[in-house]
Amino acid sequence: MGNKQTIFTAQQLFYRYRDLAPQLVPLDYTNHPDVKLPYELIGSMPELKDNPFRQRIAEVFSEDGQGNMTLDDFLDMFSVLSEMAPRDLKAYYAFKIYDFNNDDFLCKSDLEKTLNKLTRNELTEEEVRMVCEKVIDEADLDNDGRLSLEDFQHMIVRAPDFLSTFHIRI
Amino acid sequence: MPPKKKSSSIIEVENVGIDVDAEFDSDSEDEARRRSRNRKAKVKRKAKRVSDDDDEEEEEEDEKPSKRRGQRRRTKPQDSDEDDEGDKKSVASKASKVSGKKGAKTSRKEESEEEDEEDERVSKKKRGKAASKKEKEEQNNDKKGKASGKDGDNKDKKKKKNAKLTSSSSSSSENDDDDEDSLSEGEIAALMEQVEEKKKLISTIRSKPWRMKKRLLVLKEAQQFVEKFEGALGKGKGRRLYAFKVMMTKKLIKFNRDFENFKTACIPWERKIKEVESHFGSSVASYFLFLRWMYGLNLILFGFMFGLVVLPEVLMGLPYGSIPRKTVPRDEQDTAMDYSVLSDFGGYCKYSVLFYGFYNSDRTIGVLKFRLPLSYLLTSVGIFGYSLLVVIRTMARNANEGGDGGDEGEFNFSWKMFTSWDYLIGNPETADNKYASITTSFKESIVDEQENQKDENIHLRRFLRISANVLILCCLGGSGYLIYFVVKRSQDFAKMDPKKLTWLQNNEVEFVMSLLGLVCPPLFETIAELEDYHPRIALKWQLGRIFALFLGNLYTFLFALFDEVTAKLETEKSIKNATEWALSEYYANYTSFYNTTDVPPPNVNPADVIRGPCWESAVGREFVKLIVSDVQVTYLTILIGDFARAVIVRFLNYCWCWDLEAGFPSYGEFDISGNVLGLIFNQGMIWMGAFYAPGLVGMNVLRLLSSMYYQCWAVMACNVPHERVFKASRSNNFYMGLLLLILFLSMLPVVYSMMTLSPSFDCGPFSGQEKMYDVVIETIDQDLPAFMGTIFSYASNPGLIMPAILLMMLAIYYLNTVSKGYQQANTDLKKKMQLARDDEKNRRNNKDSTNQVMKDLEDLLPNKSLIPPPAEEEPPPEVVEKSSKSTKMKPGTAGKGVNVQKEVSLAAPNPRRPVTRAPGPRGGPQAGPGRGRGQGASPRR
Repeated sequence: MGNKQTIFTAQQLFYRYRDLAPQLVPLDYTNHPDVKLPYELIGSMPELKDNPFRQRIAEVFSEDGQGNMTLDDFLDMFSVLSEMAPRDLKAYYAFKIYDFNNDDFLCKSDLEKTLNKLTRNELTEEEVRMVCEKVIDEADLDNDGRLSLEDFQHMIVRAPDFLSTFHIRI
Repeated sequence: MPPKKKSSSIIEVENVGIDVDAEFDSDSEDEARRRSRNRKAKVKRKAKRVSDDDDEEEEEEDEKPSKRRGQRRRTKPQDSDEDDEGDKKSVASKASKVSGKKGAKTSRKEESEEEDEEDERVSKKKRGKAASKKEKEEQNNDKKGKASGKDGDNKDKKKKKNAKLTSSSSSSSENDDDDEDSLSEGEIAALMEQVEEKKKLISTIRSKPWRMKKRLLVLKEAQQFVEKFEGALGKGKGRRLYAFKVMMTKKLIKFNRDFENFKTACIPWERKIKEVESHFGSSVASYFLFLRWMYGLNLILFGFMFGLVVLPEVLMGLPYGSIPRKTVPRDEQDTAMDYSVLSDFGGYCKYSVLFYGFYNSDRTIGVLKFRLPLSYLLTSVGIFGYSLLVVIRTMARNANEGGDGGDEGEFNFSWKMFTSWDYLIGNPETADNKYASITTSFKESIVDEQENQKDENIHLRRFLRISANVLILCCLGGSGYLIYFVVKRSQDFAKMDPKKLTWLQNNEVEFVMSLLGLVCPPLFETIAELEDYHPRIALKWQLGRIFALFLGNLYTFLFALFDEVTAKLETEKSIKNATEWALSEYYANYTSFYNTTDVPPPNVNPADVIRGPCWESAVGREFVKLIVSDVQVTYLTILIGDFARAVIVRFLNYCWCWDLEAGFPSYGEFDISGNVLGLIFNQGMIWMGAFYAPGLVGMNVLRLLSSMYYQCWAVMACNVPHERVFKASRSNNFYMGLLLLILFLSMLPVVYSMMTLSPSFDCGPFSGQEKMYDVVIETIDQDLPAFMGTIFSYASNPGLIMPAILLMMLAIYYLNTVSKGYQQANTDLKKKMQLARDDEKNRRNNKDSTNQVMKDLEDLLPNKSLIPPPAEEEPPPEVVEKSSKSTKMKPGTAGKGVNVQKEVSLAAPNPRRPVTRAPGPRGGPQAGPGRGRGQGASPRR
């Protein structure tokens, strides 16, 4: 990556960041002012606003875990979700996004939440239960009834379209 | 400075360079991890450092990294046994650090300093010879260095400052030493290594799971380093080239992406179909895909027909009204423009380019000497050939993609759950569609899964399936006989006076046919409920059955057609005789009257000429009428059956006694089987009719085009998804197979008429020929060189054709065997993969089942005891004991161990059995190692 390119994108991103709240973010960022944008603003970005996991994304990438983002968090988010980010990194963050209760395991409740968000609660409880069981059955290598990061990575690196779907163009 | 000294240092550096080569990569990768590990130890180290620093007499006030450098420099000379020089160097380096701040230094110092920085890790090796205390100190410093790289801001800054110092000094050094022959090769190599390494760091910085702040710092540092040293190495251009390359790569990626998008945008109706798919599932979408494919095929057929037959005739042929076949006869002229006649494709339509009869039989037309009759025949045959080719090619390609639609992926549900949402979606409408499609696809998979899990009574199921098939066969046979009976009767009726017959008797065939078409499909569907197949398989059965039923339809149609044709042929013969007789009379009269043999053709208005019935045009008209009425019926059915029903259900629901939407009429479901078969049979008609009515292909293109839009709208507006949304088979090969069958069936009558029936004498491109294919023979005889004629005559020799057919059959047999072998290998591999995955799972989860073999053995033992064991007989209680022991016992001990191993090998096939079931957690009664034989009999169920 050339020096120029990186800075260019970062600049672009900075303008995007600033556009979210021009009144909060100063144009001059040389001495790193401590500015945080609230989740409401982050979640209303066009790139995120239709994403069922937008809240989780913001929470995972923000340092405070509440979805309030500094510029660095913001840059972090888009660098992980960029096309160039490697598979492992993406898998790691995907895991964190789907881990709703932050216990470093995807347990049944996480899976149910994920599924309900994906289908807008259109599946019956029976179906949801069945799908979750199947997921755990498929991907759980150590049979502890939940997916660890290792299980998740093992499963996700084999997915054919993980890389193409888990990214955001800006 | 003395050259000798320099050379020695060069050697040193060279050694060092090699070491760097070997070590650097792993180090840089481990760096991050080590840093984090070392962070905790920082405090301790600090304390230590203080004590160490006490030992050192120098540069307490200097920054840590530079201090480290100084120390290392000291160790190096020791290693090369040049103590005094080393001392000098260290002193010099001290000076350099001081002077570096001031900005004055010598190249020698500079070099040593660089060297040091490069060889941070290499020095570890050399340290072996240094004093243990120093070694410790070194390590500490090293760690500190790393720790400082980690996240302590001030430390980082210091390091950076250092880097800057060195780099600035290096550049200045270059300026200073004009006489000096720049850096030596080894140094350059080492430097390049480092630069490369930094570059690597820069390029991989995105993959580091660090927070942005840290990444930025590291990146800046590395970039500065690279910039400086690439400059130092005279590689400024390289950097620009590199940047250019990177830019180009990015541009290329973007271009490729745009191109992909463009390509997708170019696929017609892709979005429409995707939308339908997301709401109705892939099975309904498969119909639309099939429709689109058919449209493409027909477009190409239309291109052939239009470009090679219709257009030449229109452009270069004789105009309307010039000859009898191109003129409406006198007695039809009054009504030729009436709507009722035109809508029946009579009148002007009948004598237009749409139909066979319009084409002239001149061998060549126009200035281009276009051989229209030959072109007509070859195009008609070519359409069949091309269609066959395309259908078979598509089938083969689909077969490669393979799969009957079931998901074989091991992570089907997981992938669906974690990768189906496309994070690129930034549009509410798309998002809605995506939600729908995800839900649909989950439902599809759930249906599949339920089907897999279904625990069924196999005997009952089999009985039901057989009885259902018997029932349906009865239905088919009955309807077949009914059709046969009705057709026979209609032939009898046809001989009677049509005025005496009732309406019912006149239209009996059509009535019965449509009644069957109305009653049978739902009947089959009801009977198919008995079978309880997976919906995907049920659809195939349904398609096959209705196909068989519709074949009756086709049969009656063709039957009626051939009756008509034979009748027409007879009348034509009489008319032909009459005209010939009239013509000869005319000639005789003319010669006798004017007493000359030079007779001009009779001067008759083309509209008044007596003409034959032109059976080809009549057949073509039948086909066109059939297609048009089919379109009307289909569209009306959709309009009434779906749209009107949906409107009624939707709006009458407000004032009705029961819930219309959930109750009886409800909304319609999309009838996949009916639509697919309609499409297939329609295509069969087109193939058959294209020879007699070249315009038919164009009409069909219009029909497909309109029905694409119309049905898409109808399905989205008026239908509800199926109750069990199911996944279509990935290859549409079942549809294709039916299409192929129809293609073959429709080819037969056309080829038959080409080869055996004689064409009309006064209309169409083959008039005057004995048989239609005579055109080809004529061309071969007259226009091709003589040897071609002999070649053709040889090629058509049965002696040559028979062996060729034989050879082909053998080839087919061989290829078939080979493909079966591959299939076998494929399934074996799949099994193995499943097995391996299972094994892995088990290995990871070996808390209580430490030995899978032993476990299986336990399960087997009681059974084995019933068979006379190879060793001595043991009473059952002992078996229990043994089984409890066997978990701890390693195979390969003495006595029993041998026994056990034998059983292992015998037991091997059995443990594979439960592979179809993913192993659950080993809990419950089987968990205990010492279980009895009673449970052992039912392994893991």
